[in-house]
Amino acid sequence: MSPNVLAPAPQPAIEAVRLGNPYAPHNARIVGVQRMVEDNHLFTFRFVDPEIARSFSHRPGQFIMLSIPGAGEAPISISSSPTRPHVLELCVRRAGRVTDALYRMRVNDLVGIRGPYGNGFPVEEMVGGDVLMAAGGLGMAPLRSLLWYTLDNRSQFGKLTLMYGGRNPESMLYRNEMSSLVDRPDIHTLLGVDADPSGTWKYHVCRLADLFDFADIDPRTTHAAVCGPPIVYRFILQRLLKLGFSKDRILMSLERHMKCGVGKCGHCSIGYKYTCIHGPIFTYWDAINLPEMI
Amino acid sequence: MKTLKLPKSKLDFFAAVIQQFGEVHAPVARGDEFAFERLERWSDARLDYNRTILPPKKYFLPPREEMFTYTADGYVPSTEGLDQKLVLFGVHACDVYGLNILDEVFLDGPHPDPYYKARRRNVAVIGIDCIPDENCFCRSMRADFVDKGFDLFFYDMGDAFFTLVGTALGDDMVLSAASLFEPVAPQDVAAYKAHSQAKAEMFKLDVEIRDLPEIFEMEYTSAIWEELGEKCLACGACSMVCPTCYCYDVQDTVKLGECAGSRERCWDTCLFSSHARVAGGENFREEQSDRIKFRFYHKQRGFVAEYGRPSCIGCGRCIVSCPVDIHVVEVLNRLRGVAHVA
Repeated sequence: MSPNVLAPAPQPAIEAVRLGNPYAPHNARIVGVQRMVEDNHLFTFRFVDPEIARSFSHRPGQFIMLSIPGAGEAPISISSSPTRPHVLELCVRRAGRVTDALYRMRVNDLVGIRGPYGNGFPVEEMVGGDVLMAAGGLGMAPLRSLLWYTLDNRSQFGKLTLMYGGRNPESMLYRNEMSSLVDRPDIHTLLGVDADPSGTWKYHVCRLADLFDFADIDPRTTHAAVCGPPIVYRFILQRLLKLGFSKDRILMSLERHMKCGVGKCGHCSIGYKYTCIHGPIFTYWDAINLPEMI
Repeated sequence: MKTLKLPKSKLDFFAAVIQQFGEVHAPVARGDEFAFERLERWSDARLDYNRTILPPKKYFLPPREEMFTYTADGYVPSTEGLDQKLVLFGVHACDVYGLNILDEVFLDGPHPDPYYKARRRNVAVIGIDCIPDENCFCRSMRADFVDKGFDLFFYDMGDAFFTLVGTALGDDMVLSAASLFEPVAPQDVAAYKAHSQAKAEMFKLDVEIRDLPEIFEMEYTSAIWEELGEKCLACGACSMVCPTCYCYDVQDTVKLGECAGSRERCWDTCLFSSHARVAGGENFREEQSDRIKFRFYHKQRGFVAEYGRPSCIGCGRCIVSCPVDIHVVEVLNRLRGVAHVA
């Protein structure tokens, strides 16, 4: 009558901790470090396990959790496009304990990477329409994955416009890469700096929002993807709304502190949304409905 | 759901039988209060307790938990203790409800938490009926009854327990002591209903949760948040004792002189100033009023949007533990603009 309760049961629940643990970082090797601007380097990584390297794929706008043993873990947005899966590029600002530790590392050193996480840009909804990409300063780091995604899938999108602004030429990320886009006929690239003390800048000297004066944007057919520090959002959003953009066609990438990346630890909450699973890409409509957003 | 009756005179026998399902933990007296602890002997169990200092959350999301060890070669998941079989005897309905809410966060969705999942699998839950005291408001929060999240649930009917069998494991427990249980007779059902009605009328605290999200939206800039910010000591006690506060911090520790160490997570709270601080120093919740508002907002408003109900289950622990007497029901009633009766 008594059921067989004492037999040692197999423990699939424990196996799920060992294998398929969502918090487990995968070993990745630093294969390149390139200085972009002061305290902002572009790090290139390759997963050590060839199976992980093969299977890792992401959406533009997603992020990963970067582990440095002993220093901890931090969320970093992915700068490379999923259309170029042989590299994983992270443009990392030296800002805290983890990124400090990364800056002390060299090519060939091992880090841990898990992800990708977050919703990413809604590219399926953007297909067939025009895309305006606007970034200020370090905002190009997360936006660059979308930039190359749209360029590499050029036939899927209508008109592409890129606006990128910085304080001065020396503060621009991917300076050569951005310059090389100016002559491409399939994207309208507008580059601006607030000031050009060295006199070397060949493009616009104006505030980022003033680049709209040179662009031809149809708010009815365009999704606007905006990345940058809060000041950038303020001015760009004003211009977009004035142009007649619907608030749910304006997409913004936001950043918060994170400990898990998968909607558990609570640190990245904005109002009642978690940046890690509901974001990091939010529409402007989401933003004004969450009082803590910007 | 399978229902049975266990005469109270048989409870001791049943408690002895269920030891084969795991180490039995139950509420025991600790000073004037109670705590879930491993039982030295069954007679230590205090099934007449009002509430434990810490909720059962400590068994599923321990205050400190090693997630990984690491060396220069990478990270290895830690599994120590995850396979330990426990039986939690005497969990109140509100606390079972609290576990169900944690389940939604930690088990549902695309990234289930394997540590939590393993513990939830290996810790059996036997619920028990309770009598509300002056700090209970689980009825208002719709957490005074549960229909899932337990293996067995005992309702007190005087000389017997009306027993709900919630899971196959619970059924195995019952079958392993089948001779102790009796079938439920129609008069037992009548007695249960009378008991349920009587219990509903015992609550001294009440709060209306209908349209609370809308009221929170309207009162986002209420002066009450400033007032609470002034009062709150940011000690975090309310979060630590909360059955549904699950925020955690993650820390790497380093073994001296070695490239090795461990990654641990530990309880954290949005009331600490570090909670929303990002690398570079900016803090998205600079003021204590921002932080205590966030805690209320997330529990009572945000959870409704995300999971269809507040995450507060009305256990009253935050009321008991707050050193400056911030009273959740009083705050909610003031926001609504109705008289608070305590």
